[in-house]
Amino acid sequence: MKTSFDLKSAAQENQLFLSRSITLIVFVFLLFFSLIARLAYLQIETHEKYANLAQNNRVKLSVISPIRGLIYDTKGRVLAENIPSYSLELIPEQIKDIGATIKQLSDLLPISEREIKSFKRQRKQQKRFASIPLRNRLNETEVALFAAKRHLFPGVDIQANPLRHYPFPELTSHVVGYVAAINEEELKRIDPVNYRGSRFIGKTGVEKTFEHELHGSVGYQQTENTAQGRSIKVLTYAPPLSGNNLTLNIDIALQKTAYDALGDYTGAIVAVDTQTGAVRALVSKPGFDSNLFSQGIDHVSYDALQKSSKRPMFNRVLRGQYPPGSTLKPFLALAGLDYGVIKPAQRVMCPGFYQLPKHSHKYRDWKKSGHGLTDIHDSIVQSCDVYYYTLAHELEIDRMHHFLSRFGFGKRTGIDLNDEASGLLPSREWKKRTRQKSWYPGETLIAGIGQGFNLTTPLQLAHATAVLANKGSAFRPSLVAKIDDTLSPIKPTLAIELNKDAHWETIINAMSDVVNSARGTARLISKGAAYKIAGKTGTAQVFSIKQDEEYDEENVREHLKDHALFIAYAPVKEPQLAIAVIVENGGHGGSVAAPIARAIFDHYIKTSP
Amino acid sequence: MNNLFQNTHYHNRKNSILQRLHLDLTLLLLLIGLSSLGILILMSSGYEDMGLLQRQATRLGVAFFAMFMVAQIPPHILKILAPWLFFLGTLLLLGVLLFGDMGKGAQRWLDLGFFRFQPSELLKLATPMMVAWYFAERRLPPSAKHIFIVTLFIAIPTILIAKQPDLGTAILIACSGLAVLFLAGISWKIIIGVTAGAAAMTPVLWNFLKEYQQQRVLTFLSPEEDPLGAGYHIIQSKIAIGSGGLYGKGWMNGSQARLEFLPESSTDFIFAVFSEEFGLIGCIGLLLIYLFIFIRSIYIATQAQDTFSRLLAGSLSLTFFIYLFVNVGMVSGILPVVGVPLPLVSYGGTSMVTLLIGFGILMSIHTHRKLLSS
Repeated sequence: MKTSFDLKSAAQENQLFLSRSITLIVFVFLLFFSLIARLAYLQIETHEKYANLAQNNRVKLSVISPIRGLIYDTKGRVLAENIPSYSLELIPEQIKDIGATIKQLSDLLPISEREIKSFKRQRKQQKRFASIPLRNRLNETEVALFAAKRHLFPGVDIQANPLRHYPFPELTSHVVGYVAAINEEELKRIDPVNYRGSRFIGKTGVEKTFEHELHGSVGYQQTENTAQGRSIKVLTYAPPLSGNNLTLNIDIALQKTAYDALGDYTGAIVAVDTQTGAVRALVSKPGFDSNLFSQGIDHVSYDALQKSSKRPMFNRVLRGQYPPGSTLKPFLALAGLDYGVIKPAQRVMCPGFYQLPKHSHKYRDWKKSGHGLTDIHDSIVQSCDVYYYTLAHELEIDRMHHFLSRFGFGKRTGIDLNDEASGLLPSREWKKRTRQKSWYPGETLIAGIGQGFNLTTPLQLAHATAVLANKGSAFRPSLVAKIDDTLSPIKPTLAIELNKDAHWETIINAMSDVVNSARGTARLISKGAAYKIAGKTGTAQVFSIKQDEEYDEENVREHLKDHALFIAYAPVKEPQLAIAVIVENGGHGGSVAAPIARAIFDHYIKTSP
Repeated sequence: MNNLFQNTHYHNRKNSILQRLHLDLTLLLLLIGLSSLGILILMSSGYEDMGLLQRQATRLGVAFFAMFMVAQIPPHILKILAPWLFFLGTLLLLGVLLFGDMGKGAQRWLDLGFFRFQPSELLKLATPMMVAWYFAERRLPPSAKHIFIVTLFIAIPTILIAKQPDLGTAILIACSGLAVLFLAGISWKIIIGVTAGAAAMTPVLWNFLKEYQQQRVLTFLSPEEDPLGAGYHIIQSKIAIGSGGLYGKGWMNGSQARLEFLPESSTDFIFAVFSEEFGLIGCIGLLLIYLFIFIRSIYIATQAQDTFSRLLAGSLSLTFFIYLFVNVGMVSGILPVVGVPLPLVSYGGTSMVTLLIGFGILMSIHTHRKLLSS
């Protein structure tokens, strides 16, 4: 009985087990086909997407930044170069405990809180296998210190990156300019492909104007990479194209002479080769350390530069707009002669002031007692104001504007440097347009002595002087002589034809006597010169002296003192160099500005063949 | 298929050398084929590291030897051993929790001085053995009381291992025990009822999971949320599989693994390497080998002569395929990453030894059958 029951039960159990086993087999087949379906979906349906992703994983495109072109002076001396800069970099993926590593490193090398903060910020933005700088600009001792203990720091290494370096930072800060990190505004402007590997861009000066030439073209390579970023092999390679080297017309020795000659004054100096327009010296003082910018300037230093009352960041040569003062007189005299308003021998009585017909206002001469009867020659030699009040009154503003604009006043010279200011050559039309007022005759008189609305840049003055030296023909000022081996073209400016060529001689003689006659305002600088200089002094008022008020030099505060101006060229017979000098708050042109020009001429005429 | 279901003629048995060695030819060939394929894949995923291959080959040798030894033990001895092994394993699990080594952030190893040992591996076998033992002398289908007791036998090791925490193994052990319960004929009402209850309990279970386990589930649900962190594994794995296409990139040519984009490419994610290099065709072939092994095993179960052997063999068969399903499922992104290796292919020793001992048990069951009286 029992056996039969067991047998029956065993058979039932067997049956049950079989049916459950079949259920399991069905279940396993379901699992099997669901896996196959999933794999088919990945490998056929979405294969293309994943194949692309695998390819992107595998191949890494890395950019190779081009080497920035060098900048030389006219004699081949380097003004801008690329030097290796050593930075301490960490690869987070390869470091177990970054906090501890940084701590150990800071025992070895000075590392500031700011640098650690910056490192942590960059780490969040970068991939795990990217190399992130912890400290920049290691000096050689620090490099050696780390190198000796490098084996203790896996994942930490020293990287050499090219850094822009200026051997004459203060001297060239306003010519060569500087490069610094690319900002957001520039990012929108530049070609993002070509700048993919670049950290720096020209911000001012030649570095900015010739950015396109200097930068070069980016190269790239495609490498097969591991997930850690290690490259296994190079698939394609396109080398970068280095930027072009530039040779400037600047003579750095002459530049230094000019810079030093200014002494402690702030001011601007331009020296232009009259035969080519080549700018041999371009000084805006004070300059600044342009290397600070390429190394990444800190806020404190930057604020100090921005807030300094001497405005070291301001390019006075290109953007400084000064009243030309008496330096404008030779050009006005020439206008008078050319329009036939005056004759060379014609004399004007100077009682020390000038009054418009039917007006009581006295326009003063700088010499209170007056110059007496003055002809055109003496008006320049002694800088007689009354003569020019009279002349301006006769010429009237329209003719003055027309004639002076032919010398380039009121418009950019077109020098190969960005951000040039245009100065201001006033006219009736200009005043109506900008001030909605008509022109007053009194304003013509003031314009006649280079004051009032008149504003010129030092570069415009130097250029106009070159035009005068060449008797009408001159060249556009240029800084860059050669791009790689290609000479930059010399561009003549529109030649000025006068009714009579003799008028040039009249003015040039007078300017020569400014320096070389016993009564000239710049007679000081003729002493011991082996060549002859022609020039004109000027004094530009910083603030206006009220009617019947004395200009008391002793009691005027330094920053309100007159600017001293001097324009000159030499040698008189065969001109080589035209110079404009502006010494801010320097006082008299003859005593302060003229000796600076003499120092430059001495250097230049002695050293040029 | 015919080969798999081939009926062994009893009069041949005595004459067969394999029969005397207690080995099943079909299973043996499939297992050797699969582990040889594993070595080939490991050559590619392990960057031709000969040391790694040598270690894997040694382990395979040890595992096959263990399989052979276990196959010699008749099922009734295994039945006697079952409760002892289960209680020993449970004790060792407690020992791990109290004195275990931390390996990769989880307590799984017990250092016995001369060798290190994972008690959870023992329980992969001991749990289904225990449940099968319990049902062997009882009437089936089981009553509610017996189901409750058996549930305790399954729950204790499962919970202890989940606490280590080793979710993958816990799931496999629970599966092996539940498989016995299912084969023993637990009623469908209970199965449906418990499944529905478990679904309702999911939010509670969620809180029971460790934070990294929760993270894995979240990552599984949306790996793109965290491409460089927790989602990295699964994204790279899907790229590897998907980029393999129909025919694959060829052996040793899978860029994902060879360029180290695929993490754990020799262990848990080795299936992705295989998929990348051999494509869908290769995957179907590989999965078919697993399927054949399962079919041969479940066939052995149906041929078994006593309840203990039947239930145990059925459970071992299913667990083996669940192993595969969980691994391929997680690597291909349809299951969360729970850390289950690809059986007999993934690099690593202990699980391989356990698996092959399981097949040793199957072979023992199949080759120790008594002649039926005519």
